[in-house]
Amino acid sequence: MIYSNKVLEHFKNPKNVGEIKDADGIGEVGNPICGDTMTLYIKVKDKRIKDIKFQTFGCAAAIASSSMLTELAKGKTIADAKKITRDAVADELGGLPPIKMHCSNLATDALKKAIDDYERKHK
Amino acid sequence: MAKKSIYLDNSATTRVADEVVAAILPYFTENYGNPSSLHEFGRNAKAAIDNARKTIAKTINARDEEIIFTSGGTESDNIAIFGAAKARGAGRIITTKIEHPAVKNTVKELENEGFDVVRLDVDKEGFVNLEQLESAITDTTILVSIIHANNEIGTIQDIEKIGNIVKSKNPNTYFHVDSVQSYTKIPIDVDAAKVDLLSMASHKIHGPKGVGALYVRDGTRLSTLQLGGPQEKNKRAGTENVPGIVGFAKAAEINMADFYKHTEKMTHLRDKLIANIEEKIPDVILNGPKGDKRNPNNVNFSFKYIEGESILLHLDLEGIAVSTGSACSSKNLKPSHVLAAIGLPVDVSHGSIRFTLSRYTTEEEINQVINILPGIIEKLRALSPLNKSN
Repeated sequence: MIYSNKVLEHFKNPKNVGEIKDADGIGEVGNPICGDTMTLYIKVKDKRIKDIKFQTFGCAAAIASSSMLTELAKGKTIADAKKITRDAVADELGGLPPIKMHCSNLATDALKKAIDDYERKHK
Repeated sequence: MAKKSIYLDNSATTRVADEVVAAILPYFTENYGNPSSLHEFGRNAKAAIDNARKTIAKTINARDEEIIFTSGGTESDNIAIFGAAKARGAGRIITTKIEHPAVKNTVKELENEGFDVVRLDVDKEGFVNLEQLESAITDTTILVSIIHANNEIGTIQDIEKIGNIVKSKNPNTYFHVDSVQSYTKIPIDVDAAKVDLLSMASHKIHGPKGVGALYVRDGTRLSTLQLGGPQEKNKRAGTENVPGIVGFAKAAEINMADFYKHTEKMTHLRDKLIANIEEKIPDVILNGPKGDKRNPNNVNFSFKYIEGESILLHLDLEGIAVSTGSACSSKNLKPSHVLAAIGLPVDVSHGSIRFTLSRYTTEEEINQVINILPGIIEKLRALSPLNKSN
């Protein structure tokens, strides 16, 4: 399996790792395909994602996708963050091996869930 | 300056020994004859493979004419299992839940064709349930196929005990042993273990790739898979891989010459690595047994809360080569069937790493792994949502 340099970079030094104790929204997803899991935390201010952190149990592609997703979502409005697709995450990473595309799904699903959680709590 | 790499994936393949390379070379450019030819070139090549056959036979207490050369472990397993099943026509085949794919998928194909297949359970250390074996052997049982030392977790089955159970229940049942991982690491005596068929591979023992052998006890009926010339006593058609066979025999000779010295050294380093990982890293599970029932070169740990491919890649960045049973690194995204058979939950088998040593592994290399590994595990666990201490 050949990973792009960008994947390896985010795998070696992932951005926005950790937990937000007083998060406004939390998204937890398990990947039924391979067993990877991810938890995503968001802090929202003025309908913008002010802070975002993740924890991932998974392979290099899952960790790099998580890291890239947080970079893409940080600072975006909730409306724009919702538009981030798994292909956008994969493209920003310089592509993922076909068998690893489900890993970028994990990250976007976690973000969707975190936003849902935020919207439920802040109606 | 480039770091010196540490190769701990010797159950995948091994470095070819320098003596082996030297032994092989003349068979490309000087003694390049076809062993079936009548002239001197042919006779020289024939003598070379006859000598190699003698060498291999001696290592397992077999007779020369009972060794046939193949293209490797997978072909040996295929000839043994398909060959025996097709020669017998119908009946029961008994195997285990922890076989290498070369056996597992061959048996599966025969099951699809109508053979009755029983797959024996193993306990949490990977030992075959011998009572289940005994009761599974019936009058219609044609073949029992067992992996000697497991390729993933290193569990060594007691093949002498198994051979005796097989032959006392049904003397007409063939006993096949896949010794690809154990050959020249664990003593094998085909008579003591009542083995009829035994698979060996060259590239796991510092010989070249693309060559192996199958021991076939005199009188064992095998159907031929590959049709062609009469080579290897009509059991395996095709011009013999003379350089490969010469190299394989040389590798076997080297390993048997200092058998106790090199297996004791591996065992010492294996146990040092196991003890240090258990001491320095919390929440780990050793897969497979400890002590003399474990292949001298095998260490397999599950590191809880993290995933194997991530560990593998971090080690790779440090120049350390290992393998993993994680679902993420398998082509079908399924976790290892061996780790499932010993009862590991999927999330734990997800974090499994196999370190396999060789006669060339040094104490310094093992020390280096012991120094580097805890930091990698800690770094990945800091990312993990499953790690409750985060």
